[in-house]
Amino acid sequence: MAFDYDKWIRPGKLPHIWCPGCGHGIVMKGLIRAMETLQLKKEETAVVSGIGCASRLPGYIDCCTLHTAHGRAAAFATGVKMARPEMNVILVGGDGDGTAIGGNHFIHACRRNIDMTYIIMNNYIYGMTGGQFSPCTPTGHKASTTPYGNPDPGFDIAKLAIGAGATFVARGTAFHANQIDKLIVEAIQHKGFSVVEILDDCPTTYGRRNKFKSVIEMMNRLKEVAVPVKAAEKMTAEQLQGKVLTGVLYKDETKPEYTVEYAKVIERAKASK
Amino acid sequence: MSKKVAFLQGNEAAAHGALYAGCDFFAGYPITPSTEVSEVLSAELPKTGGKFLQMEDEIAAMAAILGASLAGAKVLTSTSGPGLSLKQELIGYGCIAEIPCVVYNVMRGGPSTGMPTGPSQSDVMCAKWGTHGDHPAICLVPASVQETYEEVIRAFNLSEKYRTPVMVMPDEIVAHMRERIVFPEPGEIEVVPRKSPTVPPEKYKPYDTSFGDVPPLAAFGSGYKFHVTGLNKMQDGFPTTKAEIVQAEEERQVRKVDANIDDIVTFEEYLLDDADVVVVAYGSTSRSARFAVNIAREQGIKAGMFRIKTFWPFPDKQIKALAGKVKGIVIPEMNLGMCSLELERCAQGKTPVLGIFRVDGEPINPDQILEKIKEVK
Repeated sequence: MAFDYDKWIRPGKLPHIWCPGCGHGIVMKGLIRAMETLQLKKEETAVVSGIGCASRLPGYIDCCTLHTAHGRAAAFATGVKMARPEMNVILVGGDGDGTAIGGNHFIHACRRNIDMTYIIMNNYIYGMTGGQFSPCTPTGHKASTTPYGNPDPGFDIAKLAIGAGATFVARGTAFHANQIDKLIVEAIQHKGFSVVEILDDCPTTYGRRNKFKSVIEMMNRLKEVAVPVKAAEKMTAEQLQGKVLTGVLYKDETKPEYTVEYAKVIERAKASK
Repeated sequence: MSKKVAFLQGNEAAAHGALYAGCDFFAGYPITPSTEVSEVLSAELPKTGGKFLQMEDEIAAMAAILGASLAGAKVLTSTSGPGLSLKQELIGYGCIAEIPCVVYNVMRGGPSTGMPTGPSQSDVMCAKWGTHGDHPAICLVPASVQETYEEVIRAFNLSEKYRTPVMVMPDEIVAHMRERIVFPEPGEIEVVPRKSPTVPPEKYKPYDTSFGDVPPLAAFGSGYKFHVTGLNKMQDGFPTTKAEIVQAEEERQVRKVDANIDDIVTFEEYLLDDADVVVVAYGSTSRSARFAVNIAREQGIKAGMFRIKTFWPFPDKQIKALAGKVKGIVIPEMNLGMCSLELERCAQGKTPVLGIFRVDGEPINPDQILEKIKEVK
């Protein structure tokens, strides 16, 4: 029997705003499959986003959904989670939203290790505003504001998350659709701050400026650059040149989770009365 | 039984006022001269299961309280000048998404870093015009430690009643001075609860105006699921660009406050019945003004004071009435003329408005005010 996505979609809210060929819909379906696998309760699940194409995702999902301001998803979500630690809190957004204007909130959510899952759709560009370069646009590539090629080096989101203290970090791609829900399931089950970066595509504002002739070509690139972490273990540095590792990149189950730690603060405060 | 009495600083009183009002979530970022609010609440909130968060920056603190409020908490943040500037984007979010919250801002010298330990009253316009777009504004300006305590409680009540951010803005003198405070008994001051939905979850809309201009607000995690956005929205919370809906919703948001001015605006009239000269003052400056008015009376000058307790919405009606009766209005304020603009607007040229503007970090003393009272002919 075909998977029933409609169960999780708000009636009357489709079609979505995403362009033909955009990978965000693939990620949304992955998230829906993950929520179904985990049998999350809609009323007990908050999906929180910032601003941008990817951040429109919560509006389609039939849960408690919060479309915040640009970059602020992690900070709003921290308030939701601290007020109601029993809720499942899932953040979604793009690379510019999460690592530029929202960079500070991102690294501090990682540092606190608060039990939330952040799905970052990395399409290397600010899509909604028409294709300006983001902190993830590869050096030398074209964007509407780098007509002579991007001089900036880009972030490695996964390394940033690990360095900042996130305790579960995974990476997938929009091409490897069947892996997305599995990564998200594992991320949500992890007690702590989990980051799932999905390499995505934006044919409209990134692809056409960077000599991708079609969406298929962009998807094929994702297929070609992705190397599962297991497979990478057997490859040489030379073979890994230009490749991107996918799968669960980092997992630490020893670091204390923030809401649990704060519950201890409450116990100590009550004892001190 | 006698009431509990303490010798407190304005900022400490603010924290205790928040606790009286049922505040159970605070997020802040350290900034002079408001940090004592954080320090008191970091110790007190967890004792009753409340949450205290020190966030990574001012913006994050504002975001966290909005998120927590949507999850049903009664929330506060505290800050000062530069922090208020940083919070403005999300204060606007609170206005359009209609999320109750209290922002406590201690006014210090500005702009920018300015004079972090010096008093000022130069954030009062920022309380209304700081965030972009049309939006409702409520701003309370206490003049004593006791009043700071009580006005923080009133700010929580107004934010819940009108489902909008409310600001409490003492100047640095009020925030840092110590005075005797008498704590009210539980139940002595009314605490207004949030209007919760009466419809079942499947019928709930977060901006359902069939319940009036202030629709009930459900909490995330309480069995209701709904959408919240900073975009112009429809009654169901989803974004729209339909002209007639956007216009109606924007007007409703502002009307929540504008149509209830008499419920919100508070003030004190001191020796006004026969006054020829009225000193309009707020915050710590009103303490010098009262002193000056008393001396003027001793010298046979019919002076009085109108003390603004609610800066926004502005007491237009009262000032307009006064302007028709007195020979002059004197406005001492620790800025270069902010309240005076509002007074001139309300006076409509019927009476002169004489300002005393000080931005040097020193309080305005009674002599200066007395001198200006005597200039009114």
